[in-house]
Amino acid sequence: MTTALAFHHVDILFHRTNSAGPLAEAMRRLDQGGTREEIARDLGVTVGVADASLDIERGEISVLMGLSGSGKSTLLRAANGLNKVARGEVRIGNGLAHVDIASCDAETLRDLRKTRIAMVFQQFGLLPWRTVRDNVGFGLELRGMAPAIRREVVDEKLELVGLTRWADSYVSELSGGMQQRVGLARAFATDADILLMDEPFSALDPLIRRKLQDELLDLQRRLKKTILFVSHDIDEALKIGNQITIMREGRIVQTGRPDDIVIRPVNDYVSAFVRHMNPLPVLNAGTVMRRLDQAARLDDGRVALDPAGTYGLDPATQQVTRRDGVPVPVERMPADDPATAPIQPGTIYRAPVACSLQTIAILRQRSGLPVLIDDGDTLAGLCDDTDMIGAMIGIPRAALP
Amino acid sequence: MDGLEHWITTHKIPVGMVMAKVVDLIRTHCLGLFNAISDVVGFCADGLTNLLLDVPSLLLVALFAAGAYGWRRSIGLAALIALGLLFIINQGYWQDTMATLSLILFSTLACMLIGVPVGIAAAHRPWLGRTLHPVLDLMQTLPTFVYLIPTLILFGLGTVPGMISTIVFAIPAPIRMTQMGIASVPRGLIEAGESFGATPSQLLWKVELPAALPMIQAGLTQCIMLSLSMVVIAALVGAGGLGVPVVRALNTVQVDTGFESGFAIVLLAIMLDRLCRPKGSSR
Repeated sequence: MTTALAFHHVDILFHRTNSAGPLAEAMRRLDQGGTREEIARDLGVTVGVADASLDIERGEISVLMGLSGSGKSTLLRAANGLNKVARGEVRIGNGLAHVDIASCDAETLRDLRKTRIAMVFQQFGLLPWRTVRDNVGFGLELRGMAPAIRREVVDEKLELVGLTRWADSYVSELSGGMQQRVGLARAFATDADILLMDEPFSALDPLIRRKLQDELLDLQRRLKKTILFVSHDIDEALKIGNQITIMREGRIVQTGRPDDIVIRPVNDYVSAFVRHMNPLPVLNAGTVMRRLDQAARLDDGRVALDPAGTYGLDPATQQVTRRDGVPVPVERMPADDPATAPIQPGTIYRAPVACSLQTIAILRQRSGLPVLIDDGDTLAGLCDDTDMIGAMIGIPRAALP
Repeated sequence: MDGLEHWITTHKIPVGMVMAKVVDLIRTHCLGLFNAISDVVGFCADGLTNLLLDVPSLLLVALFAAGAYGWRRSIGLAALIALGLLFIINQGYWQDTMATLSLILFSTLACMLIGVPVGIAAAHRPWLGRTLHPVLDLMQTLPTFVYLIPTLILFGLGTVPGMISTIVFAIPAPIRMTQMGIASVPRGLIEAGESFGATPSQLLWKVELPAALPMIQAGLTQCIMLSLSMVVIAALVGAGGLGVPVVRALNTVQVDTGFESGFAIVLLAIMLDRLCRPKGSSR
């Protein structure tokens, strides 16, 4: 894995006249542990971002999360120079060497913006006097690409986002979701390897938002861009992010994999953030399950699958039998969507550790029995109602009396 | 008390004298330049008037109506222009109307050629905008007759001083509207341009100017209307056109001539306004 985009101790400061004196003083005060409020009150300097360091790997979707005013958009906009970095480096891998966006000259910055970094805006940022096709071709036009070649590229990108039929419409004739697809196509058109997405779906209604998230994930599987994504919606962040960064008052509080953030929040702020998410699609069977060696045993040494001890699992043979000796069928989870696939009530299903809590819950509901969890080919654990409810509300079984 | 008043009146600040000196200085040192401007502008404006008058009037009416239809795709507008011009011919003011039309076309052209770049510069440089603001106010509030005097001295009698005064009076409109239009381009559009690597000139031509176009067009319409309102004053310094019969009617107290030429001016104003107003506006 290589780092495509890296922030290195980045401070972003705003001052009415941007004069050097107050900014330098503000940085000194930051180093001494001065708070945002103090610096704003005494110096008139707004601290957008303080001491932010973050590495984003090639091909990953990294999500910046936080409340409004937390500095997440401010940090994103430093990645293409829309916000000036007061101190620190923003490095973009450029072939073998790195270019520092924060200190490069205007010509280099323009080149990077034309070829390496593209941006998608919350309010779309489309030019209303241009047709969809001319909006998508905007970046290529700025680069000076010949109209015939441009048209070819643009039509290909329009097909990618499913807007071929609308190529000659004006953007004002399109719905919000379609307008943002134009924004996506415009960003894809320059073939930039880094995409900056500043709350791209926040202005859309929830149904369309979910649809565009799915489309983005689908496109990402094919295009493998490096994406820096700003969101204030924890469910959105957990759904699309490979890496999530929580920001608060201009500082990075925690960076990690989605399940890291959910299971191991570094402080109360992060856990408060995570508390209101929908855990079903995020948590996986591996984190929810009870390991077999921790499960209760029946008198004969078999693993008890339910509190009443009606079902027993023999770990050696992987056979399940009822208390009265009748064997219970055990099957692997069907490959199709478990919500619609044929699920036999009275059968115990085995699901891989990577599948989501959502899937496990559906299997449990439709079969009427606990679900066994496989790690590779070996049985690793089981999930019953108490395990699942515990994971959802954050109170594990072990904490129960 | 009397002594103080006497002192104030005897120590007059030489405002008028300084302005007179400045004009005099310009006249002695730049007369050649002003003569040249006068010749070129006069030649163009009179040339256009003569060209318009060389074409048979009914043919020109048809051409104007067809042109209006081709430009705005509106039967109503074409009909309005045809009927309006026929009415003017009927009242006997065709030649004056053509002279006024060419005067307005030229002064508007000059206003836009100077005003739009100045407005863009003022929008990009806040200090220039702030400096320009009182100057533009002065140009529009200073009674027109006042600067008619120096233009008369510098350019002599005829079409040119009328046109220069018209330009001085009308140019604040395109400057202001362009400045406002460029300054009010949504921040998001500018950032979209910047984030895809636009150079400053690409940003101007591909983002700012198209976004400001409706405002600039409104400035054009205002400019034309302001020019029309100067027609009578221009006639006072010898410019031809519809102002001439108005001035004559005023001097000889002829109500009929006054209203006939007045209506011709109004009709011309309505036709030009309908032609130039931004597309799709219902104002």
